Amino acid sequence: MTEAVIEAEGLTRRLAGEVTVTLVEDATLAVHQGEFVAITGASGSGKSSLLYLLGLLDRPTSGQIWLRGDETSTLEEDTLADLRLAEVGFVFQFHFLLPEFSALENVMLPMQRLGRLQQPEIGARATELLDRLGLAGEAGKLPRQLSGGQSQRVAIARALANDPLLILADEPTGNLDTVASANVQRILMDLARDYGRAVVVVTHDRDFAAAADRVIVMSDGKIRSSA
Amino acid sequence: MIGLMPVIALKHLLARRRQSLVSLSGIVLGVAFFLAVSSLMQGSENDFIRRLVDNSPHVTIQDEFRNPRLQPVEQLYPSGAIEVRRVKPLTETRGIRGYPQILEGLRSQPALRASPVLAGQALVSFAGKDIAVSLNGMIPAEVNDVSTIQNYMIAGSVDALTGNPDGIILGDALARKLSLALGENVTVTAPTGVVHTFKILGIFHTGRADYDNTQTFADLKRVQALLKRVNRANTIIMKLDDPHRAHAVAEGIERRFGYKSVSWQEANEDLMSTLTTRNIIMYTVVSAVLIVAAFGIYNVISTVVLEKQRDIAILKSMGFRARDIRRIFLIQGLLLGFVGSALGLPFGAGLMLGLMQIRLKFPGGSDPVPLPMDWNWPQFAIAAAFAMGAALCAGLLPARKAAGVQPVDILRGAQ
Repeated sequence: MTEAVIEAEGLTRRLAGEVTVTLVEDATLAVHQGEFVAITGASGSGKSSLLYLLGLLDRPTSGQIWLRGDETSTLEEDTLADLRLAEVGFVFQFHFLLPEFSALENVMLPMQRLGRLQQPEIGARATELLDRLGLAGEAGKLPRQLSGGQSQRVAIARALANDPLLILADEPTGNLDTVASANVQRILMDLARDYGRAVVVVTHDRDFAAAADRVIVMSDGKIRSSA
Repeated sequence: MIGLMPVIALKHLLARRRQSLVSLSGIVLGVAFFLAVSSLMQGSENDFIRRLVDNSPHVTIQDEFRNPRLQPVEQLYPSGAIEVRRVKPLTETRGIRGYPQILEGLRSQPALRASPVLAGQALVSFAGKDIAVSLNGMIPAEVNDVSTIQNYMIAGSVDALTGNPDGIILGDALARKLSLALGENVTVTAPTGVVHTFKILGIFHTGRADYDNTQTFADLKRVQALLKRVNRANTIIMKLDDPHRAHAVAEGIERRFGYKSVSWQEANEDLMSTLTTRNIIMYTVVSAVLIVAAFGIYNVISTVVLEKQRDIAILKSMGFRARDIRRIFLIQGLLLGFVGSALGLPFGAGLMLGLMQIRLKFPGGSDPVPLPMDWNWPQFAIAAAFAMGAALCAGLLPARKAAGVQPVDILRGAQ
């Protein structure tokens, strides 16, 4: 078995209030390099909440998360932000591209923030990523000039910009037509199989889930099965 | 190369071009009016102080002591157990003792001109009218060194006193009251009962009614004789090359000679504090203009923060830190402040030029003069700094709010 990119043990996330809401309860899982994992379940079962916890975007009420073997629960917000920048790539149901920036600029943003590459290298890598995702001619277009499928592919390119180990996708095909959906599905699976990324996808699409290496089924915030 | 955060900030502002322009014009107008009004006020203050400095002695030694002199026993035993009460001080003849020696000491100092004055009350009589005046005895050859009275002469000259010790110079208001003209004789009676006839050698007009009505100038020796105070002077007036040293110089003289020495700042303390109060009021009013403009900036940035909640969440999910987000919105405030200042300063300078075209005739002045404006760089710097500060403060709250956005809350709501 390859090294676990992300591991979680006993993850629980509750929202405090007049009535305490449990989003995720006692979730334990590990996702390895090159593994493609699908999380399914009914709406409100805690799939997205688990994804945000795994992506270090939210803090668990209890439990621990290890990213490449390093425990993250005691880390400060800035350190978590740095880890997200370098190691995690998010893709959401809606593309969430910044509307004032072109496709190319959107892909360049994470690299510019990380500052690992010089500006010409950043431009070259962003262009290469867009090319790889079939968007060679769309680099200069603003998000409003792109179709839903194209925008989602730009969002995937942006998630890949800093070459992260972990790709987290929250219903990435939920807003796309069949053709665009199949295209995005293929790209995400290729990322795991051909490029060795750990990919976790939250999806309602049974066919998409069936194609995954492993399917985690959730209900009421708990992991009911993992196979 | 421009950093990433300024680029994002600029794109946000350009995306809301109309609102950004409205808030920008607020800052431009605010800076322009701040600059024009503060320059006008500072200019008039400088003009006022210049007139004050020019027209009054920079330091005046008076024939009195700031604090009563201590009795010898008090000097010898400052913490003695016995207190001496009801000691009547020795009656002294009024006047500065040994004023020639003091003058000698003063004249040895560089950048300082000093001259003795014996001032006293007298009655000027002509054609059956008697008017009380202040008679100033001065050394004619030194008058122009320590006084600007020559600048206000409308007839005759101060120098004429040098050749005629029986001459007198008086104000035009007094001359008018007594129907006197240059070259005419006037009778002056001292409180001592001595009467002397003077010839009018000069008439001045300062524009200050009190001064033009009551002040007269004559030869020191003649006034000493008239007041029966031979070899006495009760004031020494001084002019310095650097009037702003007056306070320190006065302190030094008082320490050295004991007599009360008053600088022009001390003599006009009430006017100076009025100027300070006026400045506080002026800066409060013109600052209010910029503060209102800053609310415009606050409004724009707050709207951007509200509209960009989802983008902020995405940037944070990408790995942007809270401080990066804060910086983006602070930069927006600063950008509006900077551009507002850059456009507002030339606009303000234009307003200043416009104001300078207005000419007013001040009381006592013979010709209309332009409004005094202060064109020095600190006025421009203060206006720009205040605008930048106001813009930064306006960006602060929305920036903090943006930095505190919890991405998960926004993303959950957006799904």
